[in-house]
Amino acid sequence: MTDATIPAVRFRAVSRHFGETRAVDAVDLEIRAGEFFAMLGPSGSGKTTCLRLIAGFEQPSAGSIEIFGEHAEGVPPYRRSVNTVFQDYALFPHMTVGENVAYGLMVKGVGKAERTARARDMLALVKLAGFEARKPAQLSGGQRQRVALARALINHPKVLLLDEPLGALDLKLREQMQVELKSLQRSLGITFVFVTHDQGEALSMADRVAVFNAGKIAQIGAPEDIYERPQTRFVADFVGGSNVIEPDAAIRLGLPAGLYSLRPEKIVLGAGGLTGKVESLQYQGAHRRYVVAIGPDRLGVVTPASGPAFPVGATVALAIPDGAAHRMEGGA
Amino acid sequence: MSLALDDGGDRNGPLRRLSDVFMRRPRLFLTLLLAPPLAWLGIAYLGSLAALLAQSFFSIDEFSGQIVREFTLKTYGELLQPANLDIIIRTVTMAALVTLLGAVIAFPIAYFAARYARGRMKALFYLAIMLPLWSSYLVRVYAWKLILAKEGVVTWLAGHTGLTPLLDFWLSLPIVGGPSLSISYTGTFLVFLYLWLPFMILPIQASLERVPGSLIEAAGDLGANPGQTFRTVIFPLALPGIVAGSIFTFSLTLGDYITPQIVGSSTLFLGQAVYTQQGVAGNIPLAAAFSVIPIVIMGIYLTIAKRMGAFDAL
Repeated sequence: MTDATIPAVRFRAVSRHFGETRAVDAVDLEIRAGEFFAMLGPSGSGKTTCLRLIAGFEQPSAGSIEIFGEHAEGVPPYRRSVNTVFQDYALFPHMTVGENVAYGLMVKGVGKAERTARARDMLALVKLAGFEARKPAQLSGGQRQRVALARALINHPKVLLLDEPLGALDLKLREQMQVELKSLQRSLGITFVFVTHDQGEALSMADRVAVFNAGKIAQIGAPEDIYERPQTRFVADFVGGSNVIEPDAAIRLGLPAGLYSLRPEKIVLGAGGLTGKVESLQYQGAHRRYVVAIGPDRLGVVTPASGPAFPVGATVALAIPDGAAHRMEGGA
Repeated sequence: MSLALDDGGDRNGPLRRLSDVFMRRPRLFLTLLLAPPLAWLGIAYLGSLAALLAQSFFSIDEFSGQIVREFTLKTYGELLQPANLDIIIRTVTMAALVTLLGAVIAFPIAYFAARYARGRMKALFYLAIMLPLWSSYLVRVYAWKLILAKEGVVTWLAGHTGLTPLLDFWLSLPIVGGPSLSISYTGTFLVFLYLWLPFMILPIQASLERVPGSLIEAAGDLGANPGQTFRTVIFPLALPGIVAGSIFTFSLTLGDYITPQIVGSSTLFLGQAVYTQQGVAGNIPLAAAFSVIPIVIMGIYLTIAKRMGAFDAL
């Protein structure tokens, strides 16, 4: 059993510079043992570099990394009990699916009979029983993803790293894999570290989310914290496209002066003390997405599609319920 | 205003109509494109190959020197005469050694170029590999003759570094030795190795270039140390390139008749044997039979390579 008080991964002031570029800039981070941790951010924000630092493909320019209490600096990838599911899956094209999955056991010198049996079990776990003899080229994207997962899990890693593993899948398959990954993580009890630029994926799967921006962590917390209580303008905007309300606009909208994040679905349309004009309307199946102009200010509003619709150009009453707007750090 | 489907040009010009036909029938276009090169390959190459093969089954009348156009295996029997067999064994051994050492030297160079060289470094690499090919083959072989000669730079260098005893020892050895490096199999070997190295490096480099970096990272991630990664991932994926390179070096060595004439002991190599038989001796059937040997050897080699899975990664 791993001691629950020792974090799975700990970054202390870790930096990774590529020439002048600070891909990761003095990041402090603690990933708890057994949690599903998401690193969310736009491309170039440093999240993938952080993952590669944990895997050992990159070495920090400064700072220290511990994996379950052990210093990881200078330890090559093949001596870390960490495995990775690569974005492009990185399956070995010259090996069968069975050989791919058994690879980690093969290089450790596990006998052929045992590794074949364990590879078979692993493939059954990811619902690919009977695919041993195929070549990766004969599989669909979703199947390759499962093989990559089985191959990474066969070594019983303490930490499993997933680099945008669902990025190449279509929407339906992606949603299905999200559910499966989550239940797999729960049943195995392994720490999962998941890199994604898709905020929906991060919020729906992770126990905790770190939002990256320009090589630093902008905010770290439970999905509800990140979504409901963004601390910075960047987080409010990147996660779920919140309305960021400047202090002067706040006063016009009847709020105390300050910088606010206001979720579009929290605004009530059709009643209330404010009056606006519908500038645009998008029908999105379950929702309608409006842009409403209130004097000089513009608010994004999302309402359930089952409610009343307001055409473009209509004058509409709206309200910001108490507590709907979340006050953020910084007034400017 | 109407929607302009026409850009205003002449819709009925013959070129336009032709491109419309090609647009609708891409197969016709492909056939027209491929016909000339296929005809060239089919007639000029396969045809002459067939003629060569046919010649090797004829024989020569020992008295008149005329070619007897009747099917016989007599010419192939002549290949088994000790003198001819020596030529074959000598050439094949030389070609095999050149190929083997060529691959060993080429691999690290190709690996560096494919995985580490970027930008200027890569341009420099290509220049360094290709530059020798810009000068005449003969010039380079003669240059090597001077380098390896008794009065040449190698002997001079050995004298200045105290390595003369080593050089003398090597030259005193049977088979590989001789009066000087330029008159020994060692010399022939070195020149072949130099001449064909680019043809080994480039295919290996191309095959390594196609191995995604993530595969190498994945192997390390799964616990393979660098040696294991090389054996289980990098080498198998580079194997098609190594096989391609070895086909070049092997067949080029088998067929060369100039290098061993300039640098080396005066014994014959396969190419020289073909040259003498069809030129000086006028024994076209025997020359043809000699020429069939490299083809057969390459056929066997490729079959073995395929059996061993060298092309699985293609």
